[in-house]
Amino acid sequence: MVKPNAAQQAFTQNLPLCQALGMEVTDVNDGEATLTMPYSNELIGDPTTGVIHGGAVSALMDSASGLAVYMHPENKGHTATIDLRIDYMRPAAPNKTITAHAEVYHATRSVAFLRATAWTDDRERPIAQATGAFVFTKKKKTS
Amino acid sequence: MIEQIEPVQDVKRRRDAVLSGFVERVPFLKFMGITFDRRGNELTAVMNFDPKLIGNPVVQRLHGGGTASFLESAAIITLAWKNIWDAMEANELDLENLEGGALPPLPKTIDLTIDYLRPGLPRDAYARATVNRSGRRYASVHVEAWQDRREVLFAQATGHFLMPYETRS
Repeated sequence: MVKPNAAQQAFTQNLPLCQALGMEVTDVNDGEATLTMPYSNELIGDPTTGVIHGGAVSALMDSASGLAVYMHPENKGHTATIDLRIDYMRPAAPNKTITAHAEVYHATRSVAFLRATAWTDDRERPIAQATGAFVFTKKKKTS
Repeated sequence: MIEQIEPVQDVKRRRDAVLSGFVERVPFLKFMGITFDRRGNELTAVMNFDPKLIGNPVVQRLHGGGTASFLESAAIITLAWKNIWDAMEANELDLENLEGGALPPLPKTIDLTIDYLRPGLPRDAYARATVNRSGRRYASVHVEAWQDRREVLFAQATGHFLMPYETRS
């Protein structure tokens, strides 16, 4: 993974919901992206434990997936989510920044298939995982 | 013997207090501008449009992550509401103590599959959840969301939820 350039960093700044949730792009690669989202009291979904709402974690993984599609070397168009399935594996510990990594594991002419993982401290102990299908437009091969 | 009919204002006050008890203690719902309309026991979730919900600023479309949050919230609150209904109607809840523990914890999401059918437009969105199965431990819920026209869905979702211990009897 490499540090994002200014244009890649601007991805979350240009999307109002990403900005409202405080997301930042920390790493990118071909067909991959890593985003972070800081803890905030406004995002609490379970008032008894202070755990962040699953929807905010979904938004982070969906955003990371979107950027991963844009980072795919054969991508030439805009993207949108077609389908997203999220598994919530454990609650996110309160007061901790959540990191999400997404990668395109397969791309056809019109669909990109994504996997995403979200964690707080330990990537090997994910709080959530997602698989998704995204709108994709593949560049024509130049010969 | 004539059955004593409960005054309508008492019924409404009780139901609205319990519903807002669930909704107002979740900060994320306020952050997202998600509210609930009630007609009898039927709930309609509303995601009130705000510019911060936009994901694509060029064409002004709702962020898919916000739509996911909306569908998940509609499912959780509807499920909690359905499970409290009998106790609420039997007047078994301490309405003065809704903040202090009279309401059970909310169900926890196990998984959620969201189907994005159309781009979300920059205006209010509505959702209704159907509890297809609610057992002692697990529940399966389907949610439909629309904007201008009820029959034209822009997203739908199916999710599984873990019920809180208090409602497992």
